[in-house]
Amino acid sequence: MTSIDIKEDSIPAPRSGEEKSGRLLDVKDLHVEFHTRDGVVKAVNGVNYSVDAGETLAVLGESGSGKSVTAQAIMGILDMPPGKIPQGEILFRGQDMLKMSGEERRKIRGRKIAMIFQDALSSLNPVLSVGYQLGEMFRVHEGLSRKEAKAKAVELMDKVKIPAAKERVNDYPHQFSGGMRQRIMIAMALALEPDLIIADEPTTALDVTVQAQVMDLLAELQREYNMGLILITHDLGVVADVADKIAVMYAGRIVETAPVHELYKRPAHPYTRGLLDSIPRLDQKGQELYAIKGLPPNLLKIPSGCAFNPRCPKAQDVCRTEIPALVSVTEQDGTELPGRGSACHFWKETIHG
Amino acid sequence: MAEPTKASKTSKTDGPADATPNVSDVEKAEASTETEAVAAIEAPVERGEPILQVRNLVKHFPLTQGILIKKQIGAVKAVDGISFDLYQGETLGIVGESGCGKSTVAKLLMTLERATAGEVFYKGQDITKLTGRALKAVRRNIQMVFQDPYTSLNPRMTVGDIIGEPFEIHPEVAPKGSRRQKVQELLDVVGLNPEYINRYPHQFSGGQRQRIGIARGLALNPEIIICDEPVSALDVSVQAQVINLMEKLQDEFNLSYLFIAHDLSIVRHISDRVGVMYLGKMAEIGSDEQIYDHPTHPYTQALLSAVPVPDPEAREGRERIILTGDVPSPANPPSGCRFRTRCWKAEDKCAEEVPLLAVPERFKGQDTPAAHESACHFAEEKNVVTAA
Amino acid sequence: MPDLTKTPATDEAHAVAIADADAKAVDTVEAAGKPRSLWGDAWRDLRRRPLFIVSALLIFVVLLVAAFPGMFTSADPRSGDLTNHFLQKPNFGHVFQPDWFGYDRQGRSIYARVVYGARNSIVVGFGVTILVTVFGGLVGMLAGYFGGFIDSLLSRLTDVFFGIPFLLGAMVVLNAFTERNVWVITGALAFLGWTQIARVMRGAVITTRHADYVMAAKALGAGTKRILFRHILPNAIAPVIVIATIALGTYIVAESTLSFLGLGFGGDALSWGGDISDALADIRNNPHTLFFPAGMLSITVLAFIMMGDAVREALDPKLR
Repeated sequence: MTSIDIKEDSIPAPRSGEEKSGRLLDVKDLHVEFHTRDGVVKAVNGVNYSVDAGETLAVLGESGSGKSVTAQAIMGILDMPPGKIPQGEILFRGQDMLKMSGEERRKIRGRKIAMIFQDALSSLNPVLSVGYQLGEMFRVHEGLSRKEAKAKAVELMDKVKIPAAKERVNDYPHQFSGGMRQRIMIAMALALEPDLIIADEPTTALDVTVQAQVMDLLAELQREYNMGLILITHDLGVVADVADKIAVMYAGRIVETAPVHELYKRPAHPYTRGLLDSIPRLDQKGQELYAIKGLPPNLLKIPSGCAFNPRCPKAQDVCRTEIPALVSVTEQDGTELPGRGSACHFWKETIHG
Repeated sequence: MAEPTKASKTSKTDGPADATPNVSDVEKAEASTETEAVAAIEAPVERGEPILQVRNLVKHFPLTQGILIKKQIGAVKAVDGISFDLYQGETLGIVGESGCGKSTVAKLLMTLERATAGEVFYKGQDITKLTGRALKAVRRNIQMVFQDPYTSLNPRMTVGDIIGEPFEIHPEVAPKGSRRQKVQELLDVVGLNPEYINRYPHQFSGGQRQRIGIARGLALNPEIIICDEPVSALDVSVQAQVINLMEKLQDEFNLSYLFIAHDLSIVRHISDRVGVMYLGKMAEIGSDEQIYDHPTHPYTQALLSAVPVPDPEAREGRERIILTGDVPSPANPPSGCRFRTRCWKAEDKCAEEVPLLAVPERFKGQDTPAAHESACHFAEEKNVVTAA
Repeated sequence: MPDLTKTPATDEAHAVAIADADAKAVDTVEAAGKPRSLWGDAWRDLRRRPLFIVSALLIFVVLLVAAFPGMFTSADPRSGDLTNHFLQKPNFGHVFQPDWFGYDRQGRSIYARVVYGARNSIVVGFGVTILVTVFGGLVGMLAGYFGGFIDSLLSRLTDVFFGIPFLLGAMVVLNAFTERNVWVITGALAFLGWTQIARVMRGAVITTRHADYVMAAKALGAGTKRILFRHILPNAIAPVIVIATIALGTYIVAESTLSFLGLGFGGDALSWGGDISDALADIRNNPHTLFFPAGMLSITVLAFIMMGDAVREALDPKLR
């Protein structure tokens, strides 16, 4: 068993900024902690992942799994203090953003990496018109005039399929419905045609029928611009619909990685398996649902060994003492399963047993 | 108090509530005195008999203008004439998107809001017209579990005070000396350590808080529990625990649930019958199998097909209906069928005539699962692969 | 760019701080934890704040002085000795002695006057605060909870009083009294000062009124009294406590200002404001006559304002 990263061994040489292909982002052994009154909250404990252009990585996890904190660290919008990044690297096109100056990072933020938040209403400024906020990107970053910026704003609103964009460009955020506001957020993220978009629960606040529209739009635009997309979610269904590969997080660590189809068919970590099993299925009607016992861990005192061990049906003594590394998962006969990894001492039993 | 004048005005557009399997005849128990009403409320109901009968329930929130003299300029039609029965011992699921009025229905049934029109019969007593002792007796028998376990528990009260509060409000249920023990029993029933009676809500996690909320709901030994999105604020891995607990309690205490949620797979798992709401109206209602496997209303079909399926293989074989546009504002709903603005089948008739919630003509008398109530002029089956 | 100031981290950090890992059984809570109320948490937080410790010490000393002035000086603040002590300069070496802060132009010990003057200021400050909190709090609570017509009526009433300039109004009111003792001054200030608390209370009650736990209590059939005093008041009182603490300082200032203007304590009543007024006659040559009463006033007011800030930070976790 060899310890793997989800990336290839050789890091491609830094490319010219305009080229939209290849490895975009590499997160290496990232740690984030928060110093609070009650102690040190270890939110992220050694996360590795990477995203290529045109690829969708879904980061799946519950509250407290560290999925959003990781994204905030990438964007450089963590509150520091109380947040702290004691170790790790965040390479964007081969350059460590954690070592960059504030000015350099600001140039990447918005231009190269953009973020979409869950709550579109609170992320938009209520006293400025939507057109003004969309146009602001062009005025600030590209020095366009007011009129040109507004024309660009209309163009963007058309792009995200907001009906009657020309008439609505001067409306204020509260005049739009939830789904439309989320589209505006997407338009804003897209404005400068970034290489990578991080979407933090982009559809959680939306209704099911609107969710489908927004996810479709996001996927379509991603294809069109060949962007990388990091989709952060707790919804196993949303993930299945759009992701290429999935990283499952638990207590600040990645516990399993897999191409999307593989994960649902054959989970290699008891936590993933538990999550999938606890979804109500037709043939279970009237029976007890499978439930993962216990509670998500307290990040102030993460259990020793594997963080999932107190809730795990497979836990043995080794699980309570040794932190399992993310190792590559193979078929029973040893055939490689590309892209698959599991941080479980008993992954073999989980996937094959 | 409901105002009968308004009732007749609104029900004109709604059409009459027809006698269908969903809405059985109401056996009105005329009670002339409060004591009689209380006696009727205390009487037991046989399993499988209707315990709660909702008839043409309407709730309009007035939109007013002006600071001193308020002038009504319109109304948000949150609930606009819905009828259904809840049977003793069953779980009726209500699904729908935000703004469809499902939470308002919960509040109306809890008498937390006053109905604009319509009736809610609990054991033959119209609870929208009850006051005083009789209303208090109803409140004891109909309890609620709230959506957000972080806001539904008073942060300044101990768990013991929170679960014990029902006994203080209804002292006849438990004598003073026995209350502490009762609270501890309730904690035990919902799977919490009875020793934690003196702790505060913020010392518990979301799932545990929801258990506290459920214990509070159980305290008065109610017959009906209205669950308004009881698990949607919880982590996925904890949702199943709470659903299992609720099913266990239903068997143990012979409860009837009205289970309001937007998560279709959870509703299917727990419900015996399911009603689908859209913009203040019931679009379709039937058994879980009828709704999920044989939906005939286009909205139900779209809703089911839009649910992200946690299985990428299944999703490739299904037809997805992606609706265009958003839900219209309930302050200004479309004429005729409310779904017509987003419906691919809409014709002129849909704008002119409000479709009644009834078994569609073409399926009437047939022995098919499609023969259930659906409020669509062009109800027909359509094969959609669903979440569950 | 989307709003990047959106609070990161705190949500997740909070969510996990309350969860617990000990999950041998499904349902154990923080194994070592004791019952911890929110008030208890705030108190524990408060005790560790230097701002609180300093202000609490200062307030304690001022209260002690006000309660037992005899403990701090043996001199009589009213007896003057013009022949020996006329405008004598302070003698900083003589700590706690009558000549510590020097003497005024009537030959009275400034130290003794400052010590004895504390009581009137403190009594007025606390008296006004208590009256204002009870009355303003009640008005705000009723307006916020019942809304509609009651709210319109009470809010307009509040606006009317809010429109009256506080000091000017107090001057007009006090002018009508010939004998202005502690109760008259307290009453006059409270009469005009309750609006701030009423407004804060109304806002807090309106937010709390829609909380789910209030809904839950209603669903159980709880009466108005129970809802107001068990559920709404304990959750809405925090901002009122903060405002009241800070306001206490400002009431002391108001009393001194009135006394300074000759509309507060009259006759031979002791008051820092009165002494400041007396000192004005010749501050260029004898600044010490102004400095000590004014200094005491400032320190006291500052202590209450600092206390208010510390309490605000402890009660409102969002500011942490």
